[in-house]
Formats: sequence, structure tokens, C-alpha cells
Amino acid sequence: MVSGTARRLFGGVVHAFVLIAFSVLLAFPFYWMLITIFKTTNDLYDLRNNPFKFNEKPTLEHLQLLFHDTLYLRWVGNTAFVGAVVVLITLLLAVPGAYALARLTGRWGERLGIGIFLTYLVPPTLLFIPLARLVAILGLQDSLWSLIVVYPSFTVPFSIWLLMGFFKSIPRELEDAAMVDGLTRFGAFIKLVVPISVSGILTVVIFSFTLVTQEFGYALTFISSKSHQMVGVGVPIFLVRGDVYYWGSLMAACLITSLPIALLYNVFLDRFIAGFTVGAVK
Amino acid sequence: MTNRKLGVLMFSPAIIYVLAVVGVPFVLAFIYAVGDVKIASVGYHYVGLANFRSVLQSPTFRRSLYDSIVFTIGTQIVVLVGSTILALALKDRFTGRGFIRFLILLPWVAPVSLGTIGWKWILDSIYSVINWVLIHLHFVKPFDTPMWLGDPTLAMLSVIGVESWRLLPFSTVILLAGLTAIPRDIPEAAAVDGAGFWRTLFRITIPMILPIVSVAILFGVIFVFTDMTVVYILTRGGPYDTTQVLPSLAFFTGILGSDLAEGAAISIFLVPILVAVAYFMLRVASRSEVG
Repeated sequence: MVSGTARRLFGGVVHAFVLIAFSVLLAFPFYWMLITIFKTTNDLYDLRNNPFKFNEKPTLEHLQLLFHDTLYLRWVGNTAFVGAVVVLITLLLAVPGAYALARLTGRWGERLGIGIFLTYLVPPTLLFIPLARLVAILGLQDSLWSLIVVYPSFTVPFSIWLLMGFFKSIPRELEDAAMVDGLTRFGAFIKLVVPISVSGILTVVIFSFTLVTQEFGYALTFISSKSHQMVGVGVPIFLVRGDVYYWGSLMAACLITSLPIALLYNVFLDRFIAGFTVGAVK
Repeated sequence: MTNRKLGVLMFSPAIIYVLAVVGVPFVLAFIYAVGDVKIASVGYHYVGLANFRSVLQSPTFRRSLYDSIVFTIGTQIVVLVGSTILALALKDRFTGRGFIRFLILLPWVAPVSLGTIGWKWILDSIYSVINWVLIHLHFVKPFDTPMWLGDPTLAMLSVIGVESWRLLPFSTVILLAGLTAIPRDIPEAAAVDGAGFWRTLFRITIPMILPIVSVAILFGVIFVFTDMTVVYILTRGGPYDTTQVLPSLAFFTGILGSDLAEGAAISIFLVPILVAVAYFMLRVASRSEVG
């Protein structure tokens, strides 16, 4: 029995060690951002200093620089605007589309659903070259509208896939009962199915919005002027002046943008993962 | 109105939109690759396989193809091993699991370009904190520190490391979904029969989560093989194109070099992998439908 206890203790230690090691490894860059934000420039660039502690008094200079002397807030605004419009377009296309494929078109709809999901696998890095020319032809170069037109290409397929699973889990009897009570099929969809699917729809909202904030390739390709940037491109590319990296402000922008997105995403992650694993887990 | 008609009416806007913004450019990518389009040109002339010929002769392209393969496979190995260990550690409930989960997920849920710029600071040529630690542990001498992004081998290891850092949480939660779906009584029965931790792991757990592991690998391959963000921000493909991958090369050639035709030809080389992944994906999907 002694060996059993020792074994369990050993297992516990290994378990704790694995968790701590991975947490440190994965979260370290964000901790490093946090420390960097409040260090004075002298402190950051003195090689004799221990980088893990504050060798000089913490400062707010980097935050002031970020908020007063850069376009950071403008980029956040651009991102919020594009995100909001893309979410709206995604909902208008994906909610009815997913319902139709889940309920009204039988096996055929199922196949079409898988087909749509496969388009999610076509990467931006294959499409951005032809799209760059299409955007130029439409006269949308350097306009946020170019992103608004293109981003639904990846938010719609995945949202349809997620919502199809969601709608299938609603008992058919509910809609049948509503239709017996005199609603049309479409009326039942609007008045019954949509309201009880609020949590699924909310998942799509959060998911689409976070995807927009994470996108990099299209924003880098289509947007050229500094003031029209999205936050994900503006910060890493345009906050650098020439070859000079303002690490303090840069890290502040990264952390301040990442944390709210991470928190939002985290809340809805389980549903999101369910979308990826449909078919492989029952 | 019949169900079918209403259905067609409800899903056609979505299908048409997706066809317009994915289907059309997908086809155009092939058309451009066999033509002579520049970013501002108006005409189009068919040039056959000339672009592919010039691409295949370019040493930069061959290097990028090789780098892409190393980058993708290297990342998959790190991620697969790491996420399997981490998912096993996270499987059972314990105090603080929610918080640990949040920390572990950060790299995946934060915007990729911003997380990567954090790494650029950590791997800085002069102020790298890693180098500071290495110096103080007396592993390296001051003024002779590793150039993480300046040395070809280290730069490749760095981009693989950062891409793995980014993908590990995603793979972990997918595997976790597979692990929690294993009925509890199966490992318990194995324990009663005298199977230890390793025996249960290799004989029961791993075989049972194989389908979901394949899902994690398929998505992982797609994400890594087609990603240009990490490379673009960390190294811009340097030093001397030793970390250049196909997506970043397509960007530099097609967009910055405004040679759309050649850029398109480069990105076409992504397609075979995508087709292979889509094929395996469909097989996984249909197998679980039957079983």
C-alpha cells in the first residue's frame, strides 16, 4: 500500500509539473507584454538590468504615447466597424441558409452543407491574389469596404456549419405544433426557431467578430494607407517607425487588444470546438 | 410554398455569396497562373505553363517549397506531442482548471499577428530575455548570444516554435473533446483488469481518440501550410529566404512585386495539399456517419 501512495503522489507531482510548465510556456509572452508596458525606455534598453524586475520606477509613458500619438484608437475603431458589418452580413446569410440546409432540403442539403464547410478550407493565401485584382476593379482598394465584402467568405461557411448542428438539435415537433397553430413554415422559423436559437446565434456573432479581429493577410493586401488599417495589421506594421520598434507601446497595443478578444472567445470556445469535431465525436 | 422551394430561397443568398467570394477567385487563381496579369494591367494573354516553368526554375521557390514542408511537419510534430500530453493533464477536473485553461488558450484566442510581435520582442537580437537567461545560466557568453531570427537554422526553429505555440491550444481542446467522449467505464474496467497508466494509454485511450487526432492533424496541416502571418512578422522570410514559405513568397511576388500571374502560380502549389486534406476530412466524416 505504501508503494500505491507513493505512486499517487508521484503522479500528482508530474501532473502539476506538466500543467505549470505548459501554462508558463503558453502564457509567458503575455506576461512579458505586461511587464514591458510599464518599464521606462532606459530600463528596457540597459543590458545590465535584470529584465524580470523593475529597475526603475514603473511608467505610463508608453501608454500615453500609444493613446495620444499613434493611430491605435482609430485602428480599433476601424476593426469594430468592419467587425460589426461583417457580423450583420454573416447573420443575414448564415441563419436562414443553415436552417434551410438543416431542415428543408433533406440529405441533399446535408451534402451541400459539407460542401460549404469545405470552402472554409480554401485559404486566404490562395485567394488574395485574384481578390486583390477584383478589389481593384471594384474600386475598393484601400477601403474598409473591401474587407467587409471579403471577410464573409470565411465567416459564412463556418457559421452555417455551426448553426446547422444547432438547428438539428431543435425538436421538429415544436415547429410542427407552431404550424398547426396557423404559422407558415417561414413564420415558424422567424417567430419560434430564431428566438430559441439565441445562444447559437450569439456564438456565431462572437465567432465571426473574433475571426475578423484575427485576420491578417487580406488586411495587409487590400489596405495601404495608415489611417485605414485594422488593428491586427496597424500595430505590427505601422507602429514600427522605420526600423525603430517602440516596444513599450507595441506591447501595450498587443495586450490591450488581445485580452478582451481572448476573454470573449474563451466563453464560447466549447461550441466553437464542437463545430470542428462534428463527425469525429459522438 | 413547398419546403423545398422555401429552402432553396433561404440558402441561395449564402451559396451565391460564397461562390462569388471563394469560388470565383479560386477559379481565377488558376486562370491567372496561366496568364500574364500584373496588378494594374487590363489585358490577359494565355501563356500556358510559362509561369510554372519560371517558378520551378527559381531557387527561391524551391527553397520555399522545402521550407514550407519543414515548417508544416516540424510544427505538427511539436503540436501533436505537446497537445497530447497537455490534453491528458487537463482531462480530469481539478481546482483552478478554468483559470489554467484560460492561460493555455491565450495563444490561440489572441490575434495571431499581435502574439507574434510579442515573440519578436522576446527573440530580439539584443534585448532577448531568453538570451539574458542563457547568459546568467552560463550556457552562452555575453556578446556571443544566439541570433534567434538572424541565423538560418535558429530562424526556422523560431518560426516553428511560435507557430506551435499558436496552434497547441487549438489541438489540445480538440483532443480534450475526444478524451472526454470516452465512456468512463472503459478505462475503469481496464484498471480493474490490472492495466497500468501506460498500458491504458497506448491500448485504450490513444486508439479511441485516433479519429479526433486525425481531425486535429488535418486542420493543423491546413492552418500551418497556408499561414503567412508568423513568418511575415518574425522574419519576412529571411535570413536569405531560409524561412520563406509558399504563402509568404506568393505575397511578396504577387502583391508587393505586383506580378499577379507568378504569385498565383506559386499559390497553386498549395492546392494538392488542400485537396488531400479535404479528401481525408470527408472520409472521417463519412466513416462516423456509418459507424
